[in-house]
Amino acid sequence: MAEHPRTRVRFYQVGSFAVGNRLVEDHQRSAQSERERANSLTSGHRACAGCGEALGARYALDAAMRATNGRMVAVNATGCLEVFSTPYPETSWRIPWLHSLFANAPSVATGVAAGLRQTGHPDVRVVAQAGDGGTADIGLGALSGMFERNDDVLFICYDNQAYMNTGVQRSGATPGGARTATTEAVGKHPGNPFGQGKDVPRIAMAHEIPYVATATVADLFDLETKVERAMSLHGARYLHVLVPCPLGWGSEPSRTIELARLACQSGLFPVFEAVRGEVVASTRIRRREPVEAYLRGQRRFAHLFDREGAVRQPEVVAQIQSIADRNIERYGLCEVAAS
Amino acid sequence: MLQQVEGSKAVAHAVAMCRPQVVCAYPISPQTHIIEAIGAKVKAGELTGCEYINADSEMAAMSGVIGASAVGARAYTATASQGLLFMMEAVYNAAGLGLPVVLTLANRALGAPINIWNDHSDAMSVRDAGWVQLFAESNQDAVDLHVLAFALAEELSVPVMVCMDGFVLTHAVERVDLPTQAQVDALLPAFVPRQVLDADAPLSIGAMVGPDAFTEVRYLMHARLLRALDVMPTLAASHAEVLDRPVGGLVRPYRTEDAEVVVVAMGSVLGTVKDAVDELRADGSKVGAVGITCYRPFPAAQLRSAIAGARRVVVLEKAFSTGVGGILSAEVAASAGATGAAVHSVIAGLGGRAIPGSTVRGILRDALAGTLAELTFADLKTELIEAEFTRMAAGRRSGPPAENLLRDLVAGERRRHG
Repeated sequence: MAEHPRTRVRFYQVGSFAVGNRLVEDHQRSAQSERERANSLTSGHRACAGCGEALGARYALDAAMRATNGRMVAVNATGCLEVFSTPYPETSWRIPWLHSLFANAPSVATGVAAGLRQTGHPDVRVVAQAGDGGTADIGLGALSGMFERNDDVLFICYDNQAYMNTGVQRSGATPGGARTATTEAVGKHPGNPFGQGKDVPRIAMAHEIPYVATATVADLFDLETKVERAMSLHGARYLHVLVPCPLGWGSEPSRTIELARLACQSGLFPVFEAVRGEVVASTRIRRREPVEAYLRGQRRFAHLFDREGAVRQPEVVAQIQSIADRNIERYGLCEVAAS
Repeated sequence: MLQQVEGSKAVAHAVAMCRPQVVCAYPISPQTHIIEAIGAKVKAGELTGCEYINADSEMAAMSGVIGASAVGARAYTATASQGLLFMMEAVYNAAGLGLPVVLTLANRALGAPINIWNDHSDAMSVRDAGWVQLFAESNQDAVDLHVLAFALAEELSVPVMVCMDGFVLTHAVERVDLPTQAQVDALLPAFVPRQVLDADAPLSIGAMVGPDAFTEVRYLMHARLLRALDVMPTLAASHAEVLDRPVGGLVRPYRTEDAEVVVVAMGSVLGTVKDAVDELRADGSKVGAVGITCYRPFPAAQLRSAIAGARRVVVLEKAFSTGVGGILSAEVAASAGATGAAVHSVIAGLGGRAIPGSTVRGILRDALAGTLAELTFADLKTELIEAEFTRMAAGRRSGPPAENLLRDLVAGERRRHG
């Protein structure tokens, strides 16, 4: 077992507290700053305050590093995560990391996995990552190809439900009713039109790959567990992580975790695991919330409410509620677990 | 090892001898026979230590070899025409990242209209991408250039594209001296990458670069590519020694001594051009030819000395820049510089139209007589063009031009055959 190199604290932003409590003595450190952490995505990057993607990526990749004994290569699609982590000549990546293009991360990862096997490194594992645009839209063909060939890659989608890096434009993962820069809250039907959307976890399941799971940054232990489970398997695996984006959602940075939790508790974002196309587990809703509780406080849904906070477009809220209800039924999110 | 073999199979043999570790490809005519043959070799266990990946698109194929190369594997793919355009973004990316992958381009026209036959439009569309581009004149040339391509790519950390005329070469069965494993092993050392994704020594590849260093990164690409002009002849000499035949070269002059008119061309048409030169020489005309083997980087100095003394240079090219004219001829004209030679563009062989010896001889005679225009579309069927112009002038809704021309063509055939 290869020992991961000891984390050396580096200051990228002199005078800030960006490295957090990694500066203090061991006994004063919280779990997040344990010396054993790989800090795959280390401090000093340029993500916005409250960025769900930065949090999700840090936990997912550190879990993957633990699961692989530090023998891992990451492939990144173009997007926020790539841009905020690597303005030349700095990089926040403490792992072998490759960024090629926007649409091709799954295919690059396929090549990396094959190359590693053929150059005598079959133990080194591959994780590919992209945002929802890189996953659901421009990279979907490549992702489907990687799934269909069952290539030995864990693909992680950090879903913040729009093209945030380019200024919050609509993606195939943007929810109905949400305002984006290309689905403005104007006209008779403000916000994003309702449609089927691209439910990538279910698209992944249709390929009957070994493992598909969803997670959010509201439950980091769950996220870590799923990454570890995924890394214990071989073949194509898919993990879809909901990561609120304060900039794009128009939410307070301090509410990132809360919004992710409300997405689960309302049923809008079902958290589950599937093996070879069949759902095998889902996270039950502990205290069911109406979707309104989730929608309020997000500027992208502000047009659904009036200044006093009363619902202005009850039919739209009802439509969103019906999606949540459908998820609750489909994944059994409110069922009492059999003892 | 002399064999009567199809061009594609010969190239597949050469590539296999180079011991690629990852081959990732997507089918498109006329490249398919190459990747089919390599895939069969991997499956049969003839080519060991190699994975063959059936990519889901050309974009995925080029991306796969990018990933493989970034972890230090020798990687190969092949494509043509629309396939090259479909992977275009990754073609630029491979060069920008400095990954020494090798690609065979089975040259084919670009649509619309869709056309599967040979010309050089595809290769010309990536001339600025940062790849070395080599053009094969024959199937022997194609075989030898592939071995050279891997050596050159890995020496310089640049991607190399071997261009071979689709169908004309890929599907032609002729005598080829195939290299043996011992010969190729002697010429191609194990790949030692300049940059590699290594779990024991983590680094980032593909970082964002802003205005502060972008110019320098791109300049380095330029400088690295230009080094091919020095490295290629040295490598070619060692390959020629081991293989016991001439290999590579930047430009290849043919009977250019005292030539008044020199034809410059690339690829398989050079065979026809040389025959035409021989015929006109036999009549006492002072003509010669220069083949360009290395198109990128452009061997301007070598070309200049090869055409020195010529009064006229006729650039016979199988592609053109719409709205401008010849592409190669513009570069030849820039290289000709102070030689004072008049440079003529002749666009020929588009979409697989044959370039017969009579056409080349006619062009040479016109050049000798001083009657060759600056830009000529060889064997252009002007009656078809005129008919379409007439239709367009007659009314707004003249219809799709390609279909109109085909209808006229068929009608013309019927009239001729009663």
